[in-house]
Amino acid sequence: MTELSAHLPQFQHGQLTENFPDTHLSNTNDNSERRRHDNSERRRNDNAESETNGQPQNNLRQVVEQDEEEDEELTLKYGAKHVIMLFVPVTLCMVVVVATIKSVSFYTRKDGQLIYTPFTEETETVGQRALNSILNAAIMISVIIVMTILLVVLYKYRCYKVIHGWLIISSLLLLFFFSFIYLGEVFKTYNVAMDYITVALMIWNFGVVGMICIHWKGPLRLQQAYLIMISALMALVFIKYLPEWTAWLILAVISVYDLVAVLCPKGPLRMLVETAQERNETLFPALIYSSTMIWLVNMAEEDPEAQRKSKNSTYDKQAPARRTQNEDAEADDGGFSQEWQQQRDNRIGPIESTPESRAAVQALPSNSQTSEDPEERGVKLGLGDFIFYSVLVGKASATASGDWNTTLACFVAILIGLCLTLLLLAIFKKALPALPISITFGLVFYFATDNLVQPFMDQLAFHQFYI
Amino acid sequence: PAFSLFIFTIARDPLRIIILIAGAFFWLVSLLLSSLIWFIAVKASDPQDERLQKGLLIFGVMFSVLLQEAFRFLYYKLLRKAIEGLVALSEDGCSPISIQQMAYVAGVGFGLMSGAFSMINLLADALGPGTVGIHGDSQLYFLTSAFMTMVLIFLHTFWGILFFHGCEHRRWWEIAAVVIMHLTVSGLSFCNPLYVGSLVPSYLLMAAAAAWAYLLSGGSAQNLRRFLLCKC
Repeated sequence: MTELSAHLPQFQHGQLTENFPDTHLSNTNDNSERRRHDNSERRRNDNAESETNGQPQNNLRQVVEQDEEEDEELTLKYGAKHVIMLFVPVTLCMVVVVATIKSVSFYTRKDGQLIYTPFTEETETVGQRALNSILNAAIMISVIIVMTILLVVLYKYRCYKVIHGWLIISSLLLLFFFSFIYLGEVFKTYNVAMDYITVALMIWNFGVVGMICIHWKGPLRLQQAYLIMISALMALVFIKYLPEWTAWLILAVISVYDLVAVLCPKGPLRMLVETAQERNETLFPALIYSSTMIWLVNMAEEDPEAQRKSKNSTYDKQAPARRTQNEDAEADDGGFSQEWQQQRDNRIGPIESTPESRAAVQALPSNSQTSEDPEERGVKLGLGDFIFYSVLVGKASATASGDWNTTLACFVAILIGLCLTLLLLAIFKKALPALPISITFGLVFYFATDNLVQPFMDQLAFHQFYI
Repeated sequence: PAFSLFIFTIARDPLRIIILIAGAFFWLVSLLLSSLIWFIAVKASDPQDERLQKGLLIFGVMFSVLLQEAFRFLYYKLLRKAIEGLVALSEDGCSPISIQQMAYVAGVGFGLMSGAFSMINLLADALGPGTVGIHGDSQLYFLTSAFMTMVLIFLHTFWGILFFHGCEHRRWWEIAAVVIMHLTVSGLSFCNPLYVGSLVPSYLLMAAAAAWAYLLSGGSAQNLRRFLLCKC
């Protein structure tokens, strides 16, 4: 994921040079922010220096002092909006998961375990249980790592067809099979009679529209809704099939792995990001939740945009690595969006699970040359993050003794973690893993609330004291 | 009512939402620490002694109140730093959000979180079958809980405003007044289930705090009259 940041400058660079003549002409009209951003971005790259033509360099010098502050200001200003743009889908996903857990009992029944977690937790001694869960978590993590590396290798050797096919199959499975099960369980819970034909029709429609929306084009809201639904379904599957201690261990280890994979120079995710940046491509955009659609319409160069769009056709939930790419670089038309890419995908089921890589969130204000409102810049967050946040909150609501208190506490903790991650992103402007901070907060709050706060609140409520 | 406050006043501005969530987070942390203390105290004492347990609970409540106020103060410090940053970075030299607005939002954050924690398990149980007060407890349990929670949420909002105002102008007596009021309200809740003793004074205190906060925020009787008569 960090690789992205390295590539981004290059992208921006390319974009800047092209945009510059226009900017130059329309200086007064342009958002000074945009220019500042351009300049600051360029300043950040040594490459930029070498590639800029004369004009940009003049401008660069002129505004070089203002750049820093303006840039920060820009990021802060848009920071709040972006944070909210991410709060809403994360909240929605969590709400869906919690609502399902609370109402549909299917997802809290223990019907067995996945093949990836072969050791059971119904053991006699605590030590044995701990050992089993550690082994389970280790197996799961190694599967994820293997998948990530596999994806990186495939990507490096340009086996795009394989990756696309993989993605399509996994999204097919998710959209049809899992939602069929989900629908069935919801009907069972509410005792709604339904015939197979209607169900088939519904699922078929749902699935096909989903495939189109995610892999090809579709209204933004619909695509976002589908992404949220898919994340929720995935999270529900995780919650159902992972035993207790294993789930918590996996959450903890995944966030550590995320941290390592994104920030270490040799990490697979980072390599993926760098490769994608070198090739000037978006990396499996289908695995990312994007809050705005960047349809650049008035730029001269359509090619990068067209390329990107075609690449966006595959929804890669499974793709391990998602890199955030500076859309600026891609689109000459100037829609930047900040992308966070996180990939996380563990597929349960007949198809091999693919590890998800988590891309850091990259926040870069987008410079838009067009009349596109800078406010419309989008943020992208990897779907894996959605899934794991929802797993945490869902598990909290399913198994906590404190019930709603714990759920609420975890929810707030995750949101605060997301805020902090975004803040760090704005400060560092590199790809960052979005998981560790939030998951850490969430875990701490879960265990603390469950064990400490719950008895306290119980006693208070019993006596009706108020604090 | 608190939720409608949220929708009408806070949901528009993303910055306010962030401040709200952060406020809730701070309250949560204070609750965590205070329950940790209580937990330790309980474990270290005799679980059979009823009076001791109740006494410990009271001690826990008081300690929690003090911790909440301490965290409110910490949050105030954090927001001051944030405002300085925002002012420095804003284009026209003034912050996009004033300290009073922040005080209000922080108060609502605290209040919402405390209200949620107090009420939500009750609400969940209320959905299920059962009879209120079947063992001889008061039948008004749910009602009074609801009212008490609402008054607490409002109180937190007003205390937020008062507290921040006191910190701004360095009037220590204002801060002390807020703390004492909080302690009083919690203490009054000890009178439960003698609801007269706890609800009525709480509401009176809330009215007083509301008026005080309103005056501090620049309102006046004239404003009120104009608003009520729908004049501009």
